[in-house]
Amino acid sequence: MNKETEKSTSTVEAAPKLLLSVSPHIRSQTDVQVVMYWVVVALVPAMIWSVYVFGIRTLWLTLTSILTAVLVEALFQKVRGRPITVYDGSAIITGILLAYNVPPGVPYWLVVVGSASAIGVKQIFGGLGYNIWNPALLGRAVIMASWPVHMTTKWLAPKFGTLSGIDAVSSATPLSVLKEAHRVFADPTSLPQQIAQVKLGVSQLYSSQGLANLFWGNVGGCIGEVSVALLLLGAILLFAKKIIDWRIPITYVGTVAVLGWIFGGAKGFFTGNVLFQVMAGGLILGAFYMATDMVTSPVTRRGRLFFGVGCGIITVIIRAFGGYPEGVSYSILLMNATTPLIDHWTSPKKFGSAKQRN
Amino acid sequence: MRKRTFSGGTHPPECKYTENKKIEVLPPPDLVTIPLHQHTGAPSEPLVKKGDPVKVGTKIGEARGFISATIHSSISGKVKEVGECIHPVTGAYAQAVIIEGDGEDAWDESVKSTDSYRDHEPQQLVEMVKEAGIVGLGGAAFPTHVKLSPPKEKPIDTCILNGAECEPYLTSDHRLMLERTKDIVEGGKLILKALGCKRGFIGIEANKPDAVSAFESIPKSENPFEVAPLEVKYPQGQEHYIIDAIVHREIPSGGLPMDIGVLVQNVGTALAIFEAIRFGRPLIQRVVTVTGSAIGEPKNVLARIGTPFSTLFEACGGLKTVPRKIIMGGPMMGIAVFTDQVPVVKGTSGIVVLDEKDAKQFVEEPCIRCARCVDACPMKLLPTTIGDFARLGMLEDAERTGIMDCKECGTCSYVCPSRRNLVHYMKSGKARIFEERRKKKSA
Repeated sequence: MNKETEKSTSTVEAAPKLLLSVSPHIRSQTDVQVVMYWVVVALVPAMIWSVYVFGIRTLWLTLTSILTAVLVEALFQKVRGRPITVYDGSAIITGILLAYNVPPGVPYWLVVVGSASAIGVKQIFGGLGYNIWNPALLGRAVIMASWPVHMTTKWLAPKFGTLSGIDAVSSATPLSVLKEAHRVFADPTSLPQQIAQVKLGVSQLYSSQGLANLFWGNVGGCIGEVSVALLLLGAILLFAKKIIDWRIPITYVGTVAVLGWIFGGAKGFFTGNVLFQVMAGGLILGAFYMATDMVTSPVTRRGRLFFGVGCGIITVIIRAFGGYPEGVSYSILLMNATTPLIDHWTSPKKFGSAKQRN
Repeated sequence: MRKRTFSGGTHPPECKYTENKKIEVLPPPDLVTIPLHQHTGAPSEPLVKKGDPVKVGTKIGEARGFISATIHSSISGKVKEVGECIHPVTGAYAQAVIIEGDGEDAWDESVKSTDSYRDHEPQQLVEMVKEAGIVGLGGAAFPTHVKLSPPKEKPIDTCILNGAECEPYLTSDHRLMLERTKDIVEGGKLILKALGCKRGFIGIEANKPDAVSAFESIPKSENPFEVAPLEVKYPQGQEHYIIDAIVHREIPSGGLPMDIGVLVQNVGTALAIFEAIRFGRPLIQRVVTVTGSAIGEPKNVLARIGTPFSTLFEACGGLKTVPRKIIMGGPMMGIAVFTDQVPVVKGTSGIVVLDEKDAKQFVEEPCIRCARCVDACPMKLLPTTIGDFARLGMLEDAERTGIMDCKECGTCSYVCPSRRNLVHYMKSGKARIFEERRKKKSA
């Protein structure tokens, strides 16, 4: 003992204060904040466009949502006696996405409730990293279930005029026009006049002008989902920064394209318009920004393929056969719940288990 | 240039500040502390006692058992003590021979060079390598003679000289490849002969084009090794991945390269083999890259085994700031030491001394399941899942999900945005599993 103490003191004196830690001794520049704030940056162009086409109100709604998310997260962490980590950017993303998922005409209190429930459920599950469902989509599901009228009727007409050239549906969303057409065609009591009207509506949507409106963002819809072009621009940034992986969004969109063509038409199988199915509604926003939510999607590469395909299948089922015109948010929530199972089933073959080759 | 590689990995900043610095031969130090355990396997038995005179190359430690290595004196002088020193690898006290130099630097009589070294029989070569105390100089320090004596049922058909040097900061292999190109090839030929193996490759990361062309400039008739440029990616230099990149064979889980007929030797080891066979010189020195933000003038030095780190710092312009961390080896897999009084050992490929800023400590945050570790793991494991199992003490689950296959390369921790200490979980989890196994055995 004596010998030991003597030795160690002499060496400690000789040495400056040196840090001991396990390798690796260097770390990459990318931390959680970097990841989160790039997502925020990627979402900004869609916000600016939304303010332009729907008015400044969408900005205030979004800021309300962000503020609520951040405050509720801080409050939860304070109450739980956990470190306050609201600066990591994840609550900000939830706030933005929740707002992007509501019609631009909803009352302010609705996004407050939605955003608070989103963060509340996330925190109940243990906070960032432990939540099972995408918080923003869960918040949306809460307000959708509680105030369906607000969530399905508070559309605003885009700045540049009507959606389909028909006044009656000037503030409807493209998918609700399609859904209505579906209903009219299937209903034997529909009047010829009605049929003619929805036919015109659908042909307007499918026209090159209609598709261009969808792409650039001159349609009715949720705050953040209107401009496919700007959402893709942000997504390209996320790909370039290696924040998101191609597997989920590409398989998701691809599945919707194929199944949308088969089942997504108003008049029967194989009449769906692929471009319309892909660009309408919240698919692009959902596929690139919400299905890719790291916490709630599989960690394995193969798993991400299954996840994307699963989201696509459920989306098309809801769009074609369900009660809602749009299925993106529910499809992602349902697939979120399968994530642990997918991860379990798809863990990669480890190095060294492959058959030897020469 | 066709670049070969494996799947996974990452590319940290290279920081190879010393790649253009010629290897500087350091004078023999006044005092060396030579640990008797500088290799994988059993520690060596001391052959000298206090007061014994020794010369450069005098055998001072005898290998104990098959997996062990002989130890030699690196200077001439007198044994001051057979005592203890702090070992740079374990951080604990370990038996060591401390030798005081007489400044004469005279070689031991047993060290004899021969021109007819090419005529040695394979068995004789292996014996000489064993006598010279050569271990793998890439860092893991596995006794070389063991690698050169594969069992009959596992013949080696391919030998790979490893010049990947994928660790950031380190340039010792790079410099050797430039300055001792021919001798490395000669050493490689001796390896081929010892194994009775025909096919050879030399794997070099593509960020060393000068080394690639140095080997390619040797006529084919004199160089049986095909140069294989590798993608610049960590951990390209680990056995598993350099083999996969060059000959597309995977070492089976828990296996060794010999199981798939391959042998990998670091280029520095090949050179040590050449020196041992050609000049009879045992392994008493090695090239060490001394670098990092706290070092005055980063250099590649040829240092005697047993030289204290502090002496190397003096030779490299001293420390320009207060060091915060001293790493033996590279920053990805190296070991942090707590004093600069530890000696250079056979596995010391580099010493990286970082200042306050570069030795930044990170606060661990919860996993956000971003899967960067999963995408980067070259073993194709799920580091985040295994890490959690190990952290929570769920050892059976950790084993089932492959913790024992983890090579602790550090790629997962490096890429993790939540700064999780995944390698630490792997290491401690493995240690606990070994402990459990030992208990079960003795019970």
